[in-house]
Amino acid sequence: MKIVNQPLRKKDAMQLVTGKPVYTDDLAPKDCLIVKLLRSPYANAIIESINTAVAAKVPDVEAIFTYEDVDQEGKRCTYAGQTYPEPSPYDRLLLDRHVRFVGDVVAIVAGRTEKAVDKALSLIKVKYQVLDAVLDFHTALDNPILVHPEKTWEALCPVGADNKRNLCASEVISDGDVDGILADCDVVIDRTYRVKAVQQNMMEPFCTFCTIDTYGRLHVVSSTQIVFHARRIIANALHIPKTQVRVTKPRIGGGFGAKQSCVSEMYPAFVTWKLKKPSKIVFSRHECHIAASPRHEMEVKVRLGATKEGKIRAIDVYTLSNTGAYGEHGPTTVGLSGHKSIPLYRTEAFRFGFDVVYTNLQAAGAYRGYGAPQGIFAVESAVNELAAKLKIDPITLREMNITHEGDIMPAYYGAPNTSCALDKCLAQVREMSGWNEKFPVRHMPNGKVRSMGVAIAMQGSSIPYCDVGGATIKVNDDGSYTLLIGAADMGTGCDTILAQMAAEVLECDFAQIQVFGADTDASPYDSGSYASSTTYITGNAVTACAKKIRAKICELGAKKLECAVEDVIFDGKFVRSTVNDKAISLADIAVASQCFNNIALQETVEMGSLLSPPPFMAGVAELETDLLTGETEVVNYYASVDCGTPINPHLAKVQTEGGILQGIGMSLMENVTYSPDGRVYENSLMQYKIPTRQDIGHIHVDFACSYEKSGPYGAKSVGELVINTPAPAIADAVYQATGKRFYTLPITPEKIALGEEDE
Amino acid sequence: MLTIREIKKAATLEEAWQLNQKRVNRVMGGMLWLRLSKGNVATMIDLSALGLDKIEETETEFRIGAMVTLHQLELHAGIAAYTNGAMKEALRHIVGVQFRNLATVGGSVFGRFGFSDVLTILMALDAKVELYKGGTIPISEFAKMKYDRDILVHVIVPKQKLTCRYESVHIAKTDFPVLTCSAALTEAGVQIAVGARPAKAALVKDEQQILSLPITEEKAKAFAEYAAELLPTESNNRGSAKYRTHLIKVLAARTILALGGNA
Amino acid sequence: MEITLTLNGRKITRSVEADMVLLDFVRNEGCYSVKRGCDTSNCGLCTVFLDDKPVLSCSVLAARADGRKVTTMEGLQKEAAEFGAFIADQGAEQCGFCNPGMIMNALALFRENPEPSEEEIKEYLAGNLCRCSGYEGQLRGIKNFIAWKKAQGKEA
Repeated sequence: MKIVNQPLRKKDAMQLVTGKPVYTDDLAPKDCLIVKLLRSPYANAIIESINTAVAAKVPDVEAIFTYEDVDQEGKRCTYAGQTYPEPSPYDRLLLDRHVRFVGDVVAIVAGRTEKAVDKALSLIKVKYQVLDAVLDFHTALDNPILVHPEKTWEALCPVGADNKRNLCASEVISDGDVDGILADCDVVIDRTYRVKAVQQNMMEPFCTFCTIDTYGRLHVVSSTQIVFHARRIIANALHIPKTQVRVTKPRIGGGFGAKQSCVSEMYPAFVTWKLKKPSKIVFSRHECHIAASPRHEMEVKVRLGATKEGKIRAIDVYTLSNTGAYGEHGPTTVGLSGHKSIPLYRTEAFRFGFDVVYTNLQAAGAYRGYGAPQGIFAVESAVNELAAKLKIDPITLREMNITHEGDIMPAYYGAPNTSCALDKCLAQVREMSGWNEKFPVRHMPNGKVRSMGVAIAMQGSSIPYCDVGGATIKVNDDGSYTLLIGAADMGTGCDTILAQMAAEVLECDFAQIQVFGADTDASPYDSGSYASSTTYITGNAVTACAKKIRAKICELGAKKLECAVEDVIFDGKFVRSTVNDKAISLADIAVASQCFNNIALQETVEMGSLLSPPPFMAGVAELETDLLTGETEVVNYYASVDCGTPINPHLAKVQTEGGILQGIGMSLMENVTYSPDGRVYENSLMQYKIPTRQDIGHIHVDFACSYEKSGPYGAKSVGELVINTPAPAIADAVYQATGKRFYTLPITPEKIALGEEDE
Repeated sequence: MLTIREIKKAATLEEAWQLNQKRVNRVMGGMLWLRLSKGNVATMIDLSALGLDKIEETETEFRIGAMVTLHQLELHAGIAAYTNGAMKEALRHIVGVQFRNLATVGGSVFGRFGFSDVLTILMALDAKVELYKGGTIPISEFAKMKYDRDILVHVIVPKQKLTCRYESVHIAKTDFPVLTCSAALTEAGVQIAVGARPAKAALVKDEQQILSLPITEEKAKAFAEYAAELLPTESNNRGSAKYRTHLIKVLAARTILALGGNA
Repeated sequence: MEITLTLNGRKITRSVEADMVLLDFVRNEGCYSVKRGCDTSNCGLCTVFLDDKPVLSCSVLAARADGRKVTTMEGLQKEAAEFGAFIADQGAEQCGFCNPGMIMNALALFRENPEPSEEEIKEYLAGNLCRCSGYEGQLRGIKNFIAWKKAQGKEA
């Protein structure tokens, strides 16, 4: 491999580090109307009346839209970016008379200046009939207060949803006699774990601008991971045909799943469609904290049984998930809490059940890991507790029980474990971290204690039987290539790694491949960048497409050389005859394709997969804790990753480092608390604390790679896996330091100092 | 977001003070958290033409102008030496260098914020504020006063034979502190200032002479318990009252012990 | 009110509202590298130099820049590319949204302290948040840049 598995600079790197204007708000036309939203101060209310007369008189205000502008009996939709028919319920109306969480949208204001719009917002008079609200997800199921009582609520897929019970999804699956085996086990760990609705907190807020194009269509330019789903969602939300909507994405300032729902798009879309004028919305950071698409709050109950020698025999998981006021990604995130935790271990039996409930809180969405972090926090913490109880080293205990390459994984849809170096990951992380010398705890000369904790994780690589990756390659007249994709680079560098794969197949220089990003008009269909699908599925589409292009090049080259196509080869620069000396350069072939030619030097491939080969990793947290103040710091985090072949080792490394720090943030400092009336307290970066560079010592990443035959060049995925190990690893390191276990995140200094859990 | 009708660069302190007597006017400090403030300001009073951006060191005191930035304060060699590095320790957790290049000493002190590291350490140092009309007042007194429309001109740190220490507890390193504590040993004895309770800093002097020299671990602990009993704490989303009381005991003992405690 | 300031070496006079912040002012002048990332002066994305000192442009009234010198990355393209290449070589720029603010502040650090220790680097850049990279790759790039700069100095 000459280009794949090389640490090449991203194609957009120099533009980004020199601050070029390549993001949504940099590209918005200067004459865009400013769009802002009036939001409900109540968790559950009906708008009795809304008076916009005074607000509309503010100079420079162009329009104010309320529920009166939207058919209240009209077809609902979901804002979730998923393949149609979406498992997420159709429970959204663009402007709804019934507002269902503090921050839900009440009115849309569009004006020529921000000041005018702010003034108008303050002058809109709303009379609410305030209803009782469901604010505790423990009380949501079968609560007489219904979040979605409306007749027009719809569930397209059989996920066990029932709006009359506040139920968004429900299921139980099992294999073997879990209860019987647990009763027979020497040790059973029976615990309940809780993860809160933490925010992706990408640095670029949600933002979208819209224009009317040459054909009178709505052109939506948005910071989105899902252009094709967005087109459907916007068309559904506005009740206009999809043919009237085009969606494109520029550079994105981070997503992590936040932008796998349409959070901002519908509002300027509506304004521009109605007024036929360009408009834009840029969410404030405050809005990104109260009306975004955070992680699903989950409570995961684990019963894990083993022999006293440490053989894990059965795992029983039940998850209660809080989807908030709307069901985006509710039915689907919950599944990973079991399907990406239980299969880590060989068991005789397992059971996984879940309920996803509606509450009158911020609607949750997709956040890196997508349910796996919550489930893995629970199961891995239980395994660590088992290790302590049995007095077995936690790494050794795992080595005794983990899945291996070649296993069938009953809890992972019965799929085969086609590539797995998890055993090597554990061995590597033991070595890297100095585990044998440092575990469990040491007293430092500065009065603090250093302690260690370990965890393993898996994820998937795309959604099997569902995701589609697309690639189009065309040869340009100078012999360069354009690779058109529908996947969305949100900073991860997928533009770059896909180009690396294409260049490898085409045997050309990396610089010869230009990448064209996601555009619903021009890109081949792609489900979008989520579910860790881009490297694996879109990568497979790219390599298959590049092979097809090679064939086309040979076909035209042979024609020009007047040879049979079987008698030529292509070496990346020339098509050469194998029977004589003749050769023709790629550039000449390209020129020939543009004159009296009917061989298209362009190919498109769409690819799905019946497999979703899990990447694996092991992580060790080394904490330094001040036992008196409770302050703790991750002085070192060690990770060994099996992502299959890393297409670009630097990018895979940085993805790992970034995901680990997000996991650390979730474990130690990112908190979400509510007022009695359902308002989020952590509604700014002043209150919601993400790690700064002073909140981490060093992150050390290495790779122990298997080779996934079904993946491009042996690759699987790395995007989501990397956020999954910190929480359980840190929780166990805290236990080693303090003797206290904590089951709710974040584990704050107060909890450590006082040894007390949340109520 | 704050709306401002006009900005006036005051040519004299008297002009600034006159303008500030109107309730619709406000003195401009670091202007951080602009977007958080609501309301309408008629005239924002700019003090930057009044030469208040200097730190003067004399034999007897440091005179810190109200417009001195926190980063200037942090880098001042004389203050660093005088406070044994405690001033830097108090300031380095505050958001970031860019923030501290804007935040002013005057704004921080006049605000008398609960979370204020600056207020805590200045109180332990027996600092004084020089108000335009109100004269020179010890910071420990000033902290208890209600907001008024006077202008803070200087913060004065008198030079005395002094050892100083500062510690604070944070959930995230550059977050607001959960508790702040500064201890100072002078010829008069030991005193500590404890802030972010979440209430603002308050001074606890060693009236009962618990910390007679030499200071030992037992004495430090005893005084810490005494201070924890004296100072009320409350709960907020960064910590409970119980935790803060616990932290008073921990930080007070630590900072006092770190003073060295030999005359 | 009318203000006159030097923006990236060019003297400009503009009429501004008293409450316009410098961030919006510079973006209005085409300096799109300066980003808004929060409402509470916490993220550092809007870092510019005011008289060569790094400040948060979201928290400075444009009027406060009257008579002074403002520098954004648009005025430091050569330095940004020179240092930025080391970040790019790590793949650490990722989404790039935090980069202008971080790079501006890093350039300020190097001017103040050409050979900072790791702790000094972390402390100086503490006010520059990043969510993509975990900061580790940025640190590698910074250290490589410092070493390269030092070697350059020796050769010169």
